[in-house]
Amino acid sequence: MQLTLNHFLVLGAVLFCIGLYGAIVKRNAIAVLMGIEIMLNAVNITMVGFSYFNTVKTFSERLTGQIFAIFIITVAAAEAAVALAMIIAIYRKRATVDVGEIDMMKW
Amino acid sequence: MDLATLLFWIFAVILVGAALLVVGLRNIVHSALALVMVFAMAAGIYVLLSASFIAIVQILIYVGAVTILILFALMLTRITGQRQTNPANKLWPVAAIICIGVGATIIYAVSSSQMAVKNVVSTSEVAKQLPDNVVRIGQLLYSPIHYSYVLPFEIASLVLLVAIVGAIVIGRED
Repeated sequence: MQLTLNHFLVLGAVLFCIGLYGAIVKRNAIAVLMGIEIMLNAVNITMVGFSYFNTVKTFSERLTGQIFAIFIITVAAAEAAVALAMIIAIYRKRATVDVGEIDMMKW
Repeated sequence: MDLATLLFWIFAVILVGAALLVVGLRNIVHSALALVMVFAMAAGIYVLLSASFIAIVQILIYVGAVTILILFALMLTRITGQRQTNPANKLWPVAAIICIGVGATIIYAVSSSQMAVKNVVSTSEVAKQLPDNVVRIGQLLYSPIHYSYVLPFEIASLVLLVAIVGAIVIGRED
């Protein structure tokens, strides 16, 4: 039995669903962020899998999936830094990290 | 079953199990430690896909930086007087239905697509065609003469600069 693209796509889909469940269900804002990180990793696995099994394009375009993965990692790191700074700032002001209680913009 | 397939199944099972632990554990510090396992196993998957640069970057950035950042945030936002620091809200049946629906749709689309890749690429053949992953990615990212990603790379550095300044401005005490 050889590895096919479907293995990696199904793995990415399963991981994406677990991350989505965590991002929807959790009440702690940091746990929501963890779910989002899992989702981004699932997308990265899918991208790298596509770039590995791509036999159609020329050689230089074959690594496009990996370049995409690098940019996703960059944006995910920036997003994690800003989101955690926001969570800490909100915690300092409201003494909570429960996303159900952070309702400053609700009227 | 060859070695790559065996390694894939080991990595995939640990990956999904650790992700379920991240979602399911009651103590959020334990969730953060399971997240380390998720990132490390994803790096193993990248090595299997002969993307060595992505695997190293994954270890450096995710395991090294993002997890430490999350643990620092957990330390700074300590919830006292609560045994369950990682609770779920009341919407979990709806969320489970949504997630199972999304996953079933993706898996159905993958399995029934016209574009589905049916042929199998043997590992040695791909390894022959991809001589040096890091060199090729460097040429694709930096090289200004042929087809490359110089402009997105510069924009990514701008995004990182804005994120650093924004995190400092938002997070500082005043």
